[in-house]
Amino acid sequence: MDATLGMAKTTETAGAPLIQSEINHATPVRARDVVVHYGTKQALFGVSIDIPERSVTAFIGPSGCGKSTFLRCINRMNDTIVGCKVTGKIELEGADIYDPSLDVVELRARVGMVFQKPNPFPKSIYDNVAYGPKIHGLAQSKSALDEIVHSSLRKAGLWNEVKDRLNEPGTGLSGGQQQRLCIARAIAVGPEVILMDEPCSALDPIATAIVEELIDELRENYTIVIVTHSMQQAARVSQKTAFFHLGKLIEEGKTEDIFTNPKHKQTQDYITGRIG
Amino acid sequence: MTESTIPGTGAAVAARPSSQAAAALRKRRYAADTRLRVAGLTAILAAVGMLGLLLWTIVSQGLPAFTQTHVRLDFPLSAELVDPADLEATNWRAVVTGGLNAALGETASPAQQRLLSQIITNNAQFIVRDAVRANPSLVGSSITLSVPAADPFDGLNKGQVLRDVPEANRRVSDAQIAWFDQLSAQGRVTAPFNWGLFFNADSRFPEMAGLAGAITGSFYLLLVCFLISFPVGIASAIYLEEFAPKNRWTDLIEVNINNLAAMPSIVYGLLGLAVFIQIFGAPRSAPLSGGLVLSLMVLPTIIISTRAALKAIPPSIREAALGMGASKHQVVMQHVLPLAMPGILTGTIIGMAQALGETAPLLLIGMNAFVTSPPGGILDASTSLPTQIFIWADSPERGFVSRTSAAIMVLLGFLLFMNAIAIYLRSKLERRW
Repeated sequence: MDATLGMAKTTETAGAPLIQSEINHATPVRARDVVVHYGTKQALFGVSIDIPERSVTAFIGPSGCGKSTFLRCINRMNDTIVGCKVTGKIELEGADIYDPSLDVVELRARVGMVFQKPNPFPKSIYDNVAYGPKIHGLAQSKSALDEIVHSSLRKAGLWNEVKDRLNEPGTGLSGGQQQRLCIARAIAVGPEVILMDEPCSALDPIATAIVEELIDELRENYTIVIVTHSMQQAARVSQKTAFFHLGKLIEEGKTEDIFTNPKHKQTQDYITGRIG
Repeated sequence: MTESTIPGTGAAVAARPSSQAAAALRKRRYAADTRLRVAGLTAILAAVGMLGLLLWTIVSQGLPAFTQTHVRLDFPLSAELVDPADLEATNWRAVVTGGLNAALGETASPAQQRLLSQIITNNAQFIVRDAVRANPSLVGSSITLSVPAADPFDGLNKGQVLRDVPEANRRVSDAQIAWFDQLSAQGRVTAPFNWGLFFNADSRFPEMAGLAGAITGSFYLLLVCFLISFPVGIASAIYLEEFAPKNRWTDLIEVNINNLAAMPSIVYGLLGLAVFIQIFGAPRSAPLSGGLVLSLMVLPTIIISTRAALKAIPPSIREAALGMGASKHQVVMQHVLPLAMPGILTGTIIGMAQALGETAPLLLIGMNAFVTSPPGGILDASTSLPTQIFIWADSPERGFVSRTSAAIMVLLGFLLFMNAIAIYLRSKLERRW
């Protein structure tokens, strides 16, 4: 089943160039030997991976395998968890993001995040999107801010649905719209990388399809890393897939290869539904 | 999932008891249900009954204090009694007696005069004096004023002093009753709403005593208490909840705050006396000292409720803001605190209501003083509502019995009002996630 989907994907994107370009792409995010402890419990065992630019990288694996943990290392969201200790090296455009001199606020402006449950601020739709540009001082005037908000909503494919009610609360939207609002909010600050932590797990299939389509569009301009429980989703939206199991990165590679021709038995077992 | 857990499919399902045994089991279960319900209902009824009894006692005793018997008299202001050039030197007592005599005809002996003047309040002389002072042109004619009847006659009018008790056993003599009836027959006795209860300060005479001083005092107390405990409480709670590292020291602080919330309030009074008054020289009996003590007392309440309100904000909001690159203080000030405000305000109002009703620490710092004028500021000696109740409950005059209950009703009214605001805020601003 997964294999067919993977094949479908290949034909759909119709691009031998895809594979070719992927190789040539720069890797904005490079992780080497990342180890994470929560207190005394070790959650990640030396993960090393390169995230290619302007493409979608999917992290798959059973619950508790560390894929979300690793995702949250990339914009240092794990800093907020008490007792969480990260060692190893993660580079963003060649700069170590765990360097003490690095400002985590700037890092998070460059590496945006979309969460599992849509979490718009209990403010208006406009204010939700305008919040990031405001705190990072990206807009010098009201009209510039308007422009950012409008273009972000357009990029998130939400503009037509909300243009007449920008002042209504963002929490009043449907689940899928809320999630796209969160994506609009993330891209409003012009990030290089967008991390998505199971962005569709709280959505119905139709909303999921819309968000997946959006992710596919966004990869033209952004480097996207997505954690997902759905292997179909990984096959549909990603160009690169990494399989995590028990805190270890078991296998990574082009999505087609992972789903059609996994090298490790564990990967094979997982994608055929035998473990997890 | 194993098959044996699916009902009716596997052998591992326990055999059902026979229908008779099942019926007996069911009956016992229903009986236990009923017993529990009846016990709960009985407890509720007992609690409601006791509360009702308490309220009934207070209201039935306090209601009479909301009216006050007045006697309307025409006080002669002839030139021989009143010297317009020197109002202070006037014998106002003679003017008052003159008013009574004018209504009842001349009474002969000075002893009788004294008995007669006991019918109206001892302060009538000051009431007349103030009226004349406000309008000196009246000198030479007369002035008609309704003055409060003295406490025993107020009681007589309200049926609290019984006429069929032997004369030796009541505070009013037969002659005085006759005079009072005569005044009543002339239509001079009225019982209007007792505005004095709210606008007069404390007095030795129940008919003149009011809560103005106590209400003003309580207002200043709460003001001082709020101004100190609200910012300090919220700042402490934010630090402990959002910034403090979780270690042994913060655990210790947390345990201590929880213990302080359960501390007997009189201990705070002792502390206030020893520290604020003895060491820092804060004025005794003043709302400043009282407010400081009360703010210490409500701080734990505010801190605990604020922390609870902060904790109740879902982590997804914090993550959203942090993920956008908001700094810690932006997350707190722009997202968490505004969302937690309803809960914080509710906790603060409940803390303030607690402070309003607190008596013991105020007794220790001398806020049960006898003060006959409302305080002009936080440094003036003053009483508060609960300490005023304490003072009146201790006073021997009959009139203070109903006034004590009336003051309790006023205090309960303020408390109900504050709690109503808290409930309104909670239901109006509460957000569901």
